[in-house]
Amino acid sequence: MQKILVAVKRVVDHNVRIRVRPDGSGVETDNVRLSMNPFDKHAVEAAVQLAEQGQAAEIVVVSIGPKGATDVILTALAMGAHRGVLIETDEKVETLAVAKLLAALVREEKPDLVLLGKQAVDDDSNHVGQMLAGLLDWPQATFASGIKVAGEGVEVTREVDFGRVEYALPLPAIVTADLRLNTPRNAALPMVMKARSKPLAVRPAAEFGIDLAPKLKIERVSPPPERSGGETLTDIAALARLIADARAEAEIG
Amino acid sequence: MTVLVLAEHDLGALSPATARVVAAAGALGPVEVLVAGQNAVAVADQAALLAGVTRVRTAADVGLEAETLAPLLASLAADYTYIVAVSGGVGRDVIPRVAAKLDLMPVTDVTAIHGPDRFERPIYAGNAIETVVSAQSRQILTLRASAFLPPPVAAPNSAPIEPIADAGSTAVVRLLATHRTEGDRPDLGTARIVVGGGIAVGSAEGFRLIEALAAKLGAAVGATRAAVDAGYAPNDWQIGQTGKIIAPDLYIAIGISGALQHLAGIQGAKKIIAINTDPEAPLMKLADYRLVGDLFTVVPALIEALG
Repeated sequence: MQKILVAVKRVVDHNVRIRVRPDGSGVETDNVRLSMNPFDKHAVEAAVQLAEQGQAAEIVVVSIGPKGATDVILTALAMGAHRGVLIETDEKVETLAVAKLLAALVREEKPDLVLLGKQAVDDDSNHVGQMLAGLLDWPQATFASGIKVAGEGVEVTREVDFGRVEYALPLPAIVTADLRLNTPRNAALPMVMKARSKPLAVRPAAEFGIDLAPKLKIERVSPPPERSGGETLTDIAALARLIADARAEAEIG
Repeated sequence: MTVLVLAEHDLGALSPATARVVAAAGALGPVEVLVAGQNAVAVADQAALLAGVTRVRTAADVGLEAETLAPLLASLAADYTYIVAVSGGVGRDVIPRVAAKLDLMPVTDVTAIHGPDRFERPIYAGNAIETVVSAQSRQILTLRASAFLPPPVAAPNSAPIEPIADAGSTAVVRLLATHRTEGDRPDLGTARIVVGGGIAVGSAEGFRLIEALAAKLGAAVGATRAAVDAGYAPNDWQIGQTGKIIAPDLYIAIGISGALQHLAGIQGAKKIIAINTDPEAPLMKLADYRLVGDLFTVVPALIEALG
């Protein structure tokens, strides 16, 4: 195929233990480490592997966010993507507006395949790939753990509730990456240096003429209920009694 | 204020999660159920029995793939104030696509309903809970079944079943193969007791021990991402932020240290028992009961002691 578009998001690093702001206005994102959403790394890796196999000529990587989101585009360029686009906005953009911005870019770029992470680990929405497919009326394969080019389309293994299913999709198509799709590479230093010289276009979100006003109101963000530590058991007979009691309770439940 | 709940089903059986979601959706308005795909007729009979259901609509010729199911749901939307699905494989796949077609923002993974337009959902792997208010004309939702109670026992209902005329559509994607994890254990998402194994279980053979304890207790079996990645357990057993979310009355965690992404999946568990050699493991610290010991000694002895 000619072109793959990969969408990536900058999020609070998944190793950071997040803190809810005491006033309930949200999660503290100032002075915390930000990095590429882990699922998006799998999407970038899948695109780079397809290019390395000679199955794709060009990989364009796009992110939506403030100037600082350039960092995750550079990460993708260092992994092997060819060109970057930052759709710049300082506002928080809802998933539907993200999908609309991406759809506008897809209409310009005309990729054969769009790869995204299956969800972002900040809002855990798991929306954008499916929404983009709906807006474009393209086939979608979410939660992908395998992808290969076959004939004029792609064959994708999807993780589902009862195991795995394999589908053949015609192109153009949308695929969202699950964690078992591949092992993302860590870019070597020369690649990181080289990434800085690759083309990166910064385009204001307003340029796309899409209404970015939120449809939902986040009224409050609170910490989850706390769980306090319990009792240490020393013998198996006590453990067995406890389980038998809990089981009886669950059955009456 | 009518609600349309998309039924989740597999091999001709309505999922227990659907029964919970139907019961929870009753708080929003009268509930109708849509059953699409293979076995729709047999599943519709089961849905018609659920308390509170006023009508069951079937679309046997429409596949459960998002490309065919989303246009069907979008075409029915005008009749409903709420379109609701279980937050499972099918619901997560189709609901955002439906919402985009209707130019609406969905609210997904809802864990509490606080009124007609106010919902709670977890973010950051359950490390924060957001309260969302939607002023939209129509709400498109997925509900986490594990966060809601099973329906109370009631006299069987007998809602009318009506096929949707001309609901057929042409498949866009082609199913090549299905790999089904064998087993007759209860559904992980709604099980009352879950036994989970971590990387310390050490092998697929080791997981037989976890399965043996689960069989003894009539429990579902789960695993951590590390254990699934290592090939010890199938992917559909994974519990956590990116796997299944559980809320059993009792969770027995065996050889699980308690990575953040696993803890995200078990926050709804009412009672947690942890068995691990390391008393300092995060999960051992937050468990209601803990036993320090080698799982390969403890678990067989426990099965024996349970009689």
